[in-house]
Amino acid sequence: MPRIEETALPGVGRRFDFDAEYGKRVGVITHRDGKREVFVASREDPDACGQAIVLTSEEAKAVADMLGGSTVTRQVTTLTKEVKGLALDWITLEDGSPFQGRPLGATMLRTHTGASIVAIVRQEKAIPAPGPEETLLQGDVLVVVGTPSGVLRAGNFLNGKPAL
Amino acid sequence: MEGVTISLGQLFLQIGTVILALALMGRFAGRIGLTPIPLYLIAGILMGQVMHLEGDAASFVSVGAEIGAILLLFMLGLEYTSRELEDNLRANRRIGLLDLALNFTPGVLAGLLLGFAPLACVLLGGVTYLTSSGIVSKVLADLGRFGNRETPVVLAVCVLEDVAMAFYLPVMAALLIGGTAWQMGGNLLVALGAFGLSFFMALRYGEVLSRLMNALSAEVLLLSTFGLVLAVAGLADIINVSAAIGAFLVGIALSGEVAERVRVLVEPLRDLFAAVFFVFFGLEMDVASLPDVLVPALLLTLVTSVTKFIVGWHGAAQAGVQTRGRIRAGVTLIPRGEFSILIAGLGAALTPVLGPLTAAYVLMTAILGPVLARFDGPLSRWVDRRPPA
Repeated sequence: MPRIEETALPGVGRRFDFDAEYGKRVGVITHRDGKREVFVASREDPDACGQAIVLTSEEAKAVADMLGGSTVTRQVTTLTKEVKGLALDWITLEDGSPFQGRPLGATMLRTHTGASIVAIVRQEKAIPAPGPEETLLQGDVLVVVGTPSGVLRAGNFLNGKPAL
Repeated sequence: MEGVTISLGQLFLQIGTVILALALMGRFAGRIGLTPIPLYLIAGILMGQVMHLEGDAASFVSVGAEIGAILLLFMLGLEYTSRELEDNLRANRRIGLLDLALNFTPGVLAGLLLGFAPLACVLLGGVTYLTSSGIVSKVLADLGRFGNRETPVVLAVCVLEDVAMAFYLPVMAALLIGGTAWQMGGNLLVALGAFGLSFFMALRYGEVLSRLMNALSAEVLLLSTFGLVLAVAGLADIINVSAAIGAFLVGIALSGEVAERVRVLVEPLRDLFAAVFFVFFGLEMDVASLPDVLVPALLLTLVTSVTKFIVGWHGAAQAGVQTRGRIRAGVTLIPRGEFSILIAGLGAALTPVLGPLTAAYVLMTAILGPVLARFDGPLSRWVDRRPPA
């Protein structure tokens, strides 16, 4: 994962950019009206945009789909922004977790913390809405939804740490 | 003006002609890649020569101009969230102070040299200080420079200037009412108190207001926003805090989704009335004195272009940007525009020559800045060729 830098552009929106491996700075500007601008720095002047394309929010979604993956994340993050009292977190099942190799149902996470596992991300592949029989593996990233404190408790619980 | 009654037909014909002339100017501006603001000014000046608005048409245009000023400030307030303002004040204080010192002073000094009254000197300081954020964002958008490294600095300077103006306008409005030193002091205290209080309220309770205002129907939202802006502006004017600042604070207070929707709804209104505002300024101007102010305006343009350039250069250098980007930041900040004219309008009664001087100055900087901004490549080669100092 490249290190993404986020910069506020007052009155315009936000800029996210990173130094891409092929040698130029690449970034996305999210305009406040929903437009997205994708740009790549120019070779002789790394401070400037060499090329930029402006996408409508619909087009941006389509491009994200083509690139794969990230649409789910974005839709879920907008959800947390809009609904107060609802939190979402990505919890990695670390080595030494008591639930490693056990079915999801055995965690009884909802009973203990009130939070639910809505998806598992395993080696870049997503398992949405996993059933209770789904076996958890070390390194799994569990997408947990609940109240902010419930999600916090779930993080500790799943990795066998004492509750706060 | 009173006593002249004209038929509705004539009224519509006059106003329609004015607006059509503006549309023509706007189209021309678009073709040569400029913002229409300086051209509206020229249109107003020309119209003042060939046609004479009377009676109802004249009062419509002058009220329209006032509404234009209010909406300009309202949209400016809407442009920034209170969060952005706070972050910027904290992070970019030093460059903001440099900007203030370098660009306010030349105006004041020029005023003194021209023998202006002290208050008019301070007004001229405001005129030379404020970069036109409207022109800047148009230049950045047209040239596709939002992703450039120097752009955050450029925008930050604009934001800080706008904040400074929110403080400056009510102070000047209070001082311009005049009277004895005591009365002026009293006006000033009231103005600052009311400004401070409402600024605090806008930051603190903006969210509540935004939620209350967020009606589902676009029509209701438009009416309630426009009504609220006018009412607050009116109240502010009655207690001598400058109507425009009342509108600015309403803009700051609105945030989130409602701000987004209001922006789309009010923008056409703002464009219409702001155009009227610039035309009115041109119409009212004492054109006879325009030739006399050309040389001072030119000198002022040269000096303050250099001072703005230094601000941009310095800011970009601090952000780790190379020569070419520093040049871009410097020249992008040169144009002055809508708010310089707004400030000059305050002093129309005090020093009539301030109007023509500002008009000429705004025209020169508004053309020079965007043109230089386009040619950053040749400029940087020219700078790089010279031996390092």
